[in-house]
Amino acid sequence: MGRYVLRRLLQLIPVFVGTTFLIYWLVWAVPGDPFAGKCGERRCPDAYIDKMTELYSLDQPLPVQYFKYMSNLLQGDFGTTFGGQDVGALIAAAYPNTAKLAVVALLVEALIGLTAGVLSGLRRNGFLDNLVLVSTLFLLALPTFVTGFLLQWFLGVKLGVIRPTVSAEANFSELIVPGFVLGSISLAYVARLARTSIAENRRSDYVRTAIAKGLPMRRVVGIHLLRNSLIPVVTYLGTDLGALMGGAIVTEGIFQINGIGRTAYRAIVTKEGGTVVSVVVILVLVYLFMNLLIDLLYAALDPRIRYE
Amino acid sequence: MSDPGENVEAAVRPGVAPGGLHTAETPVPAPATGKPRGQFADVWAELRRKPMFWISAFLILVFLVMAAFPSLFTSIDPDQGSLRDNLQGPSKDAWFGRDIQGRDIYARTIYGAQASIVVSVIATLGTVLIGGFIGVVSGYIGGWVDGLLSRIADVFFGLPFLLGALLILFTFNPPGSAPSKLKVEALVAVSLMVLSWPVSMRIMRSAVLSVKEADYIVAARALGASPFRIVLRHVIPNCLASMLVYSTILIGSFIGAEATLSYLGVGLKSPAMSWGIMINEAQQFLRDVPGWLFFPAAFLVTAVLAFVMLGESIREALDPKLR
Amino acid sequence: MIRLSNLSVSEPGYTAGAGASRPLLEVENLFVEFHTREGVAKVINGVTYDVRAGETLAVLGESGSGKSVTAQTIMGILDMPPGRVAGGSIRFHGRDMLAMSAEERRKIRGEGIAMVFQDALSALNPTFTVGFQIAEQYRIRRGLSRGEAKRRAIEILDQVKIPNAKQRVTEYPHQFSGGMRQRVMIAMSLALDPEVLIADEPTTALDVTVQAQIMDLLAELQRDRQMGMILITHDLGVVADVADRIAVMYAGRIVEQANVHELYANPGHPYTIGLINSIPRIDEKGQELRTIKGLPPNLMRIPSGCPFHPRCPRAEQVCTQQLPPLLQVGPTRASACHFAEEMVSRG
Repeated sequence: MGRYVLRRLLQLIPVFVGTTFLIYWLVWAVPGDPFAGKCGERRCPDAYIDKMTELYSLDQPLPVQYFKYMSNLLQGDFGTTFGGQDVGALIAAAYPNTAKLAVVALLVEALIGLTAGVLSGLRRNGFLDNLVLVSTLFLLALPTFVTGFLLQWFLGVKLGVIRPTVSAEANFSELIVPGFVLGSISLAYVARLARTSIAENRRSDYVRTAIAKGLPMRRVVGIHLLRNSLIPVVTYLGTDLGALMGGAIVTEGIFQINGIGRTAYRAIVTKEGGTVVSVVVILVLVYLFMNLLIDLLYAALDPRIRYE
Repeated sequence: MSDPGENVEAAVRPGVAPGGLHTAETPVPAPATGKPRGQFADVWAELRRKPMFWISAFLILVFLVMAAFPSLFTSIDPDQGSLRDNLQGPSKDAWFGRDIQGRDIYARTIYGAQASIVVSVIATLGTVLIGGFIGVVSGYIGGWVDGLLSRIADVFFGLPFLLGALLILFTFNPPGSAPSKLKVEALVAVSLMVLSWPVSMRIMRSAVLSVKEADYIVAARALGASPFRIVLRHVIPNCLASMLVYSTILIGSFIGAEATLSYLGVGLKSPAMSWGIMINEAQQFLRDVPGWLFFPAAFLVTAVLAFVMLGESIREALDPKLR
Repeated sequence: MIRLSNLSVSEPGYTAGAGASRPLLEVENLFVEFHTREGVAKVINGVTYDVRAGETLAVLGESGSGKSVTAQTIMGILDMPPGRVAGGSIRFHGRDMLAMSAEERRKIRGEGIAMVFQDALSALNPTFTVGFQIAEQYRIRRGLSRGEAKRRAIEILDQVKIPNAKQRVTEYPHQFSGGMRQRVMIAMSLALDPEVLIADEPTTALDVTVQAQIMDLLAELQRDRQMGMILITHDLGVVADVADRIAVMYAGRIVEQANVHELYANPGHPYTIGLINSIPRIDEKGQELRTIKGLPPNLMRIPSGCPFHPRCPRAEQVCTQQLPPLLQVGPTRASACHFAEEMVSRG
């Protein structure tokens, strides 16, 4: 197990280097002049250019720049915005809100998606099954920003049952609707995945064996059927948490949640090159690390997967 | 993964867990039946009975015609408007109302279909062809080539989807610049492709790997059939079905992604017409002219829904277990 | 001539232990159909057999003959739909199980009648240890504590001769070899001391060398525990040493039933003759194997008359028109062939 984790960690290194290099290259190298359009509409102040050139060794070849930048980053130095703000502090302020939103979205997915999927998988072609199929189809077709607007307008403006935007504290109760918006497409996937998985495993030999052993139906379903059927669903939920932790640009934007996605988006539209790279690198790191955790989770859930 | 995007991500990169594991929702290549014609006839017979198939096919046809010949649906010039009429509600002349510049929202919604359809169809073709080709090469050759290509795919898969698209477009299509509509459409399509090809590569690669081990392929190779011929004759027909399902659903997801990027201001930009731009422009005026936001949103959702429904009905027809 | 099915009418008020000679399990005139989109497949068409304590009945037939479906119907694990019991009864200790409540039937499973499946790899749950899967029966059905249940699980694994049972109880099914896995399957079916054991092709998925060991183990356990055993197989060679009686099935019907030695020495149905002739023999080495020509019938379109007539070497006009009933042709045997008496008496 220890060796497996180590091996997977080692495998992550080239992917991490490749991805972050790609980002670095996109932001700093492609446009030619690294400062073209990096400071909003105006030309960058010379002091900033000097400072950044010094900090990121922008006069050096690209691989050297990248290496220096990454070694700074890994030592906890995320650089500063051209306004002089510490990017690390910016991330630290935004990240807890993103994490809270991600947890709420995941809970929504797991609670609603799993329940709907399991129930419809157990009663194929019943009323509930058809209801789940139709409603998940609609959820799949609704882009996040449309769902977000509709719910914000309907619940926040028309009915007035929620505040249209989330306060700076971002309490869990305020995040329920944004969490639903963020998780809605995955919720539909979870429901469909659980349904298919349950329906397939229902006819499996080992479920038949469990019945032949004279176990009560609720144990056959609750222990033998669910355990196996939920492995792919749990794995999907894990992958999705990795995705959710990457911040929700659209959802955070609509509900004005001060999260990492909104920070990244703001940095992109204000053309803050240094901030963009740092934030995106952090998000990639979180994402890759989550994926590693999911691999381990999968191996833990299914004993047939061996750690070699 | 990412953000709002994560939703886009969930839609565009469904069901592929790390390590390339395909979960149950991912279309898995159907086992070789040896009688593809019989299988296709079965699938067609199954499809024909499904109302969902006919509804989605009809809707898709309507959207394709709308994208190609918008003037068939409206005789009004979508760019023509007088500020005197701005923010009018629905009327006999302007069914969906008028926007801030007094332009007809119905006409603009109709003309907005083109960008979505063109971008998503081109991006899907590119994703499936490029990703599929790399997947076949990777799976068939194996060894270090496979290792290298798979790692490269991991690198692109490691970029959160919406954030990655934002970055690419931020670099090549910065806000404030005004490249031609064609160039922006191409840029959006390319950025979608760049971020999505690993999925179709993995589907194709695992299809090749599973067929490669099949007894009849081993036999064909032992009899001296050329590798190229084997791929052409056996592998591609075998995974056509799953790729078809995947690409149909992908078109739907890309329509949503294009709208999201336009909405965020890095995709198409005004004066080009796109549902995402309209929704973006309309958001402040939701109380005055709700139709400005609702009608493009309704068209957008219907278009995505049509493609997702078509993909789902083909998937169900292909998989006897789902019948 | 007496209809065999008339012999096994249950007496009212019969209870367990009232007489060892009464069959434990009686299947009578059972009909099962599968309703599919393509039509109705008549899978079981009036099967009648019984098994007594301490006795092994082998049910023999090609795939599709309905032998496994009969067993699944007895266990109540037939997929319904598409399956449907269209008639008949299954009596355990004289009580019709088909008329029982779901809860009553459940209590018979495992304790009254247990089943060994063909492919232990798919029949065991891959995500639980074998110990858990055996012990849960003691915990759920007998209310034993976890520790006690585990001790009993090790005990029963010992009884099926799994070496190192104490360690292996915490392993997962995929960690066992094919033969050992089938032993686990057998241990699991015996955990609650069933009166009747149904073994559905228990050795088909195994290597030839392991097959004999598993068969010996089953025979030994059946003897020691005085269980009634229904051994389902398509392999006539497997049953000779183990079974007391044999029922041969074809197209969802029993075509012949007899004691083992009678059946081998003097088969009373042309289909049985075909099966016996198709066993490879050492003294005929080098000769072509004799097989039964043709294929088993499509169960949606079973031929008129005797369903075997299109493949039967001695079929005559009458065979295409009249369905031969299963009739007593000796003190302990019955056959469903128009020429049964002739065949039996000539032998």
